[in-house]
Order: sequence, then C-alpha cells, then structure tokens
Amino acid sequence: MDGTRRRFLGRALAALAASGLLTRRTNDAAAAEPPDVPASMKSPGAGFNDYGMPAKYESKVTRTLGRSQPGTTGSGAIRTPLEALEGTITPSGLHFERSHSGVPDIDPAKHRLLIHGMVRRPLVFTVDALLRYPMVSRVHFIECAGNSQLLYQPTPPTLTAGQTHGLVSCSEWTGVPLRLLLEEAGVERGGTWMLAEGADAAAMSRSIPMAKALDDALLALFQNGERLRPENGYPVRLFLPGWEGNMSVKWLRRLKVVPAPIMTKDETSRYTDLQADGKALMFTYPMEVKSLITHPSHGMTLAGAGLYQISGLAWSGEGTIRSVEVSSDGGRSWLAATLTEPVLPRALTRFRLPWRWDGGATVLKSRAIDDAGNVQPEREKFIAEHGTNAIFHCNAIQAWSVAATGEVKHVYA
Amino acid sequence: MSTRELACAALVLVAAGCAAPARVETPNLGRPATAAEIAGWDISVGPDGVGLPAGSGTALKGAAVYEQKCQACHGAKGAGQPNDRLAGGHGTLASKTPVRTIGSYWPYATTVFDYVRRSMPYTQPQSLSDDEVYAVTAYLLQLNGIIGEPDEMNAQTLPKVTMPNRGNFVIVYPRRAR
Repeated sequence: MDGTRRRFLGRALAALAASGLLTRRTNDAAAAEPPDVPASMKSPGAGFNDYGMPAKYESKVTRTLGRSQPGTTGSGAIRTPLEALEGTITPSGLHFERSHSGVPDIDPAKHRLLIHGMVRRPLVFTVDALLRYPMVSRVHFIECAGNSQLLYQPTPPTLTAGQTHGLVSCSEWTGVPLRLLLEEAGVERGGTWMLAEGADAAAMSRSIPMAKALDDALLALFQNGERLRPENGYPVRLFLPGWEGNMSVKWLRRLKVVPAPIMTKDETSRYTDLQADGKALMFTYPMEVKSLITHPSHGMTLAGAGLYQISGLAWSGEGTIRSVEVSSDGGRSWLAATLTEPVLPRALTRFRLPWRWDGGATVLKSRAIDDAGNVQPEREKFIAEHGTNAIFHCNAIQAWSVAATGEVKHVYA
Repeated sequence: MSTRELACAALVLVAAGCAAPARVETPNLGRPATAAEIAGWDISVGPDGVGLPAGSGTALKGAAVYEQKCQACHGAKGAGQPNDRLAGGHGTLASKTPVRTIGSYWPYATTVFDYVRRSMPYTQPQSLSDDEVYAVTAYLLQLNGIIGEPDEMNAQTLPKVTMPNRGNFVIVYPRRAR
C-alpha cells in the first residue's frame, strides 16, 4: 500500500468517525459525565480568531484527492466528504474542486474580463467594476460531469459516499446576471454561442449556448457570503445553474460571442459521452436527476437494531426535486422521504426518513424524481442504455447493503 | 391571485410582459476594448478555421518539436504514458476497452491546434510559436494516418482535414437523448 492510498483510507475512516455512526464509543476517562462539572467551565476559554476554523476535533473531515494527472499536482479532482456533512450547503473549504492545470494566483486588481466577438461594443471590465453591478444571490449545486463515474465499473467501488459521489457541492452564489453585461456589449444577430475562457494555465474553455447565457447564467463573485475561494474561480467565475461543472469556467477572463460552437478540447475529446455502440453524445449539458443516501453509507457500521434516520441528498440540473423515495428492502417497496425546506431549483435537497432496523441483512436505496418528471434509473437499466464507456453523466441509483453485523457497503443490487 | 401573478403584474407595469425579464439599469463600467487588445487575447480557433494565425508546419518539423517538448509526457510517437495516448486506437470505440486518441476520437483537426496552443506543453503553456504549433499538429495528424508526411498545415489546409470519427458524434442539445 503506497502512501497516497494509506492517507486516502485514513481520511475515509476519520470521516466516518465524524459521522457519528461508528459503533465504538468514547470511553475517555475525562468524559464530563454528570454529576462532575466539565473543566471547560472552570477557566476562561480561548480568545478571538481573525478567521474562524472548524473545531480541532473535526480536522480529519477533509476532501479526498483521487489523483492528479501523472507528473502534475493540479490536474484532477478532489471530492467533498458528503457522508460527514448534513444539511445542504457545502462549507466552502470542503467544496469539491476540478481543475485542469492547477489553481492560478490572481490579483483581483490586475484581473480583466474581456467581452468581444459578435457584439456592438467590445468591452473590458475590472473586478471592481463588476462589483458595482446589480447582483443576485442563488443557492445552486454544481456537479462535475464525471461525478459517480465509478458506477460504470463492473464491480462496486469500496469507497465512501463522498469518494464515489463527492464531485457535487452546493453553495449560495452571489454575482452579476451575465445578461446585464451582454446587454451592455450588445449581442449582434446571429451571436448564438459564446466561448468562455479561464485565466488558468489550461486556458480552460467551453462554448456556451447564448440562450443559457441570457437565461440564468451568473458572473459569480461570492460563495457562501465571502469572495470565491481560489480553487473555485477567484476572483470571478461563470456559473451555469444545473449544467455540467466544467462549463462554469473558473477564473473567467474572456467571453467571445460566436455564431457556432468552437469545439474546444473539453467539448469534443472530453465531456462527450461514448455509448456502447461507439457513438458519442455531445453537448450533454444538464446534470441528470440523482440522489444518494449519505447516512448510513459505505464504511459505516450501525450500532445494533433500532430506530435510525436515513438522510441523503437529491438534486437535478433539469429542475426542482419533486420527491425522493427510499427503499429499505432492496427496491421491492418504496416510501416517500420528507424533503427538508426550502426545496430549491437546481440545488441540493436534503431528504430524511425514519427507519427501524430489525437487525437483519438488507439493502437501502433512494430514487429521486424531479418536477420535469425525470426519474433516477436503476443501475442495471442505466448501464443497459448507456454501456460502461461513457465516463460522464452517470445518475444510476446507489445501493448500500446493511449486513446483520451493521456493516454498510456499496453493492450493485 | 398568487404571489407569482402579482409579481408578474408588477413587472408588466415597467416591462412589456411576463416573458421578457424587466430591464435592469446598469452602470456601464466597461471600457472599450481595442483591436490590438482583442488580438492579444483571442486564441480560440473554430472548426471553420476562424482564428487560425499565419504560419505553417509539417509533420517532419513537428516530430522534432514533439520529441523535445511533448514526448516525456505522451510517449514516443504519441503512444502514451505517463499521460494521454495521442495516436492509434482506431476501431476500438464500440469495444469494452475503447482507446480515445486524436485519431480515433477527436472530431475536428482545428481542436488540436487550439488546445496545443492554449494549454501545452503542460509546464510551459503558450510558449510554442505558431509555426511550432502547426508543426506539432501536423505530426499528430500524420502519426494517426490522417495526413501525409509532406502535407503542410496552415490556416487554409487545417480546417479542410476530415477526422475519421467526425460522423460519430450525436449532438443532443437542446434536447437530451435520455
């Protein structure tokens, strides 16, 4: 076992411990059981911090790096520990990251956004200028097109929920509706597409339909109330709600209005979905309806029969989650879970359902349905339709087995 | 009347109707971009060749550039390892182990020029001259049997190259196939 693999497993175990579902209880001699008064009440606590950090006891709750491309340190993806989190907002420091050539160090005072091509007035904006525009705030998930791709494998990955599905995160994004800037530039007739380009070493670029740019696209400047994190596009990123993550180009420096797609590397050789017959689907933009149970999930061990709360996440790039159904008998019967308000379009939605475990072996599944009527498919059906070569856009149902010992594992069932 | 209808009714007063979003007043803080500024930043090349610069190169010249700047990551003659394989794989896409290379998968030759110029070599992007990018592009196409060794790639010839897998992409926007 190499060092990377060891660290990977170490973090996974730590995340499980943080989830509170491991059976081992703390038997610390210093535990503040009543009637003893805890030590924290007998002397003043720590002073103030310039910038608050998670409790030191939570320091093992971290993102999981798959791997960077050989010979690189910043060309790959790092995943959100979904199984260690609750609610729907991803802490900015745990937001997943997919970068194509590292995180650039960009001084906002030096950064410029150029809008040109088929526009009446080519314009250059400073970041300070963008900060003066009317802004909106919206809660949205963003998901890498390659999220959940391990489910294309012939055998179930022995990894946690986050390591398998953690290329999705959800934030409150604040920024300027892109439409406002395009109106100032004046899009010419026939300007039906737009090339978006980042200021990173990959000069990451994607062609965006003008219809999306004028609909709900944002120039995001803030994430969860503070300025964007560097790894999420500081000082400004494009944000396309519901669409595959790489199209929301980070470190945005250029928008060129064009009459047709540019056919960049990342919309032809990558982020196209090769089907079993050798044809490849292109421009598969919205991320499909999906859900997964995060508690309990792979690697956790239930502490005996009794009442548990099943908790999980659902989302759809094509609308709002209408319902999530949960099965605790391997898919024979389904019960509607409670959706935690607010249920927002193109946002992570938390579902919960009480579950009385009888102590026997079983399989847990969840299935999401969105308000466009899309239903998350069983893995068998999904693979039958799409084959195993597509890499991207896998939204198959996730099954977790529960053994009589309480051990929870990823299974195909 | 629902809240939504009320909101729409309010908008009707200031805009023409519910379908078009109300026009928001904006501060017009963009400064005009000059042609020289745009030329310095506009590095995108479309499949029709728009954006291709002057210059040219052949596979023969490209082989030398490749060996010096690309081979360490992509292997001799594009065979791959440690990073992506760039040549071969023809006829594998419908198999259980598809090999996606420039020759077997990429639909447009212009994408090779665009990507190499903007992103490669990985540790020194945008360091190659336009002639070097044309030459490497020609070499990669020649390795895949798509053009001949003496064929010169330039702004006129590159967009005319037909990639073998061009016909196997199904555009699903705006309607998804699933």
